[in-house]
Amino acid sequence: MTPTRKKRLAVVGLILLGVSAATAIALTALNDAMRFSIGPSEIVAGDFPEGRQLRLGGLVASGSVHRDTQSLAVNFRVTDCIHEIPVSFNGILPDLFREGQGVIAHGMLDESGMFQAHEVLARHDETYMPPEVERAMALAGGNLVCGEPIEDHLAAVEVAY
Amino acid sequence: MIWKTLKVGFHRLGSPPTFYRISALISPWLWAGFALCTAIGLYYALYVVPPDYQQSDSYRILFIHVPSAWQAMAGYLVMAILAAIALVWRIRTTEIMAMMCAPIGAAFTVICLLTGSLWGRPMWGTWWAWDARLTSMLVLLFIYLGIMGLYAAFEDRRKGARVACILVLVGVVNIPIIHFSVEWWTTLHQGSTIRFFGESTMHPSMMPPLVWMTVAVKLMFGAVLLDRSRNELLEQDRRKGWVRQAFGGDA
Repeated sequence: MTPTRKKRLAVVGLILLGVSAATAIALTALNDAMRFSIGPSEIVAGDFPEGRQLRLGGLVASGSVHRDTQSLAVNFRVTDCIHEIPVSFNGILPDLFREGQGVIAHGMLDESGMFQAHEVLARHDETYMPPEVERAMALAGGNLVCGEPIEDHLAAVEVAY
Repeated sequence: MIWKTLKVGFHRLGSPPTFYRISALISPWLWAGFALCTAIGLYYALYVVPPDYQQSDSYRILFIHVPSAWQAMAGYLVMAILAAIALVWRIRTTEIMAMMCAPIGAAFTVICLLTGSLWGRPMWGTWWAWDARLTSMLVLLFIYLGIMGLYAAFEDRRKGARVACILVLVGVVNIPIIHFSVEWWTTLHQGSTIRFFGESTMHPSMMPPLVWMTVAVKLMFGAVLLDRSRNELLEQDRRKGWVRQAFGGDA
């Protein structure tokens, strides 16, 4: 390799090094802001911006979904298996919403500790499998939310097919 | 000895007439391979693999979405390696190839974003969310567009390529951010299903179309890259001797 090329190669290396270092520092500084959602435990611990919109993420607690028969209003609890936060929502839920499903609710905490959501998103997990395999797992009792069986789960699987 | 032969071969491949000839030979095979793999992949994806337990048939968009996303990122790495070679060795063919990667990568990024959005609406309940994965992928699109713009902004193509190659190197930092975004931060987007180390969380019966489509997309990237580079080379060298020779004398 000629000296000129060696020098250019060093410059290429320096560019990569410099940019990586700058990005690493910036991302470390932004770490808190990069959270898309916060969990129930963080809310209970008070680690959230007061009086502002926030996103609450967690699993829909087993047996906690109560739908109003006259309207779109629905109540459920979001859990991280340590703490639970009650959520109230009035609107259309995504297809994947069900007990045990990961959800992200966007809204505000009111004075009574109820999370008033104006948007509920379902968080899909990274597992893909055929329904037969899933049904077998559910029947074998392998499908639990925080150690509790999902009540409406088999029913939901049946409805889907 | 072998090193020397490789070196000579590498430099010869960089000469425009040789590259023009050899790429013309390889490209049809890549296209044929792409057509074959896509046909098999789509057949498996749409008719053979079982539906998903949660999403039933809508998950099948994954067989377009995931290979495109991987290629948008892999294409960037290819472009970055070519750019580094172009900056150090100043080989014109490599400069052109690096520049021709950008529009292809941008196209795959757009496919990834659009299919993801179409899937997100019924599954998540929203077309778009500003989480780390989606945002970093959008940034990738803008980097690709920036590279294309910078290259086109210079009258002197070689100077444009050299400046844009530096931008390519700067943008490479975004690739690990995209990949690790779902691990470092809480995101709406799910984590990685396919892992090179450790167990994948996709049932084996659903894997074949993903493999076929991934290979298909890689072959297509190669084919488009060679074709675009050939055309760019031809356009830049249209007044040069080798082009005149290749097209039979007077031109």
